[in-house]
Amino acid sequence: MTDLASIVASLLLLVGAGFSLVGSIGLVRLPDFYTRMHAPTKATTLGVSSILAAAALTLPGRSLETALAAGVIIAVLFITAPIGAHMLARAARSTGVQPGPATHVDELPATLLERAGEEIAKRPATDDDPSR
Amino acid sequence: MFAAATTVALAMLALSLALALYRLLIGPATVDRILALDTMSINVLALLVVLSIRWDTAAYLESALVLALLGFVSTVTFAKYLVRGRIID
Repeated sequence: MTDLASIVASLLLLVGAGFSLVGSIGLVRLPDFYTRMHAPTKATTLGVSSILAAAALTLPGRSLETALAAGVIIAVLFITAPIGAHMLARAARSTGVQPGPATHVDELPATLLERAGEEIAKRPATDDDPSR
Repeated sequence: MFAAATTVALAMLALSLALALYRLLIGPATVDRILALDTMSINVLALLVVLSIRWDTAAYLESALVLALLGFVSTVTFAKYLVRGRIID
């Protein structure tokens, strides 16, 4: 391992762990769920990505294989983190988690009512689904 | 110097795991706990990668990939279960 790669990898490790720590501090400190969701989904993804970049720089042989494995994990994280956050926000809204008092604009209730009305209008008359 | 960097990174990741565990325990809503669990799975992934760097082996990268996929699937499953009351429909 050359010295430069070692220095760059150390910096990437520290930056990545720092981002993860900031994400978790935000998870504890921020006031309501919708602001709290920002911290882990953004900061932690970037932190893990830089840690994986450090891994690709330093792992044995620095072969194409380990770099590819790290790249695949980064791609998976970047694709799945927004989807998971979106599903969680949706679940929070439909289970009635309210935004904090600092939220001034909330356009969702009107939209939700509208959409629920459309779905009821579209539903067939003989709806015998027992789970509803 | 490199070993020291991995030690510091391990300590910071352990601290962030502890903070996410605190949020997991105090709640207040169920979605908060799911979010904390998701954060913890990503932090454990980072911990695995740092350990893999520290012990100089590439063997942990595959398990990190599996953990990334499992964390995403479990988050989506919990969210869907909260909304619908059932997972597969």
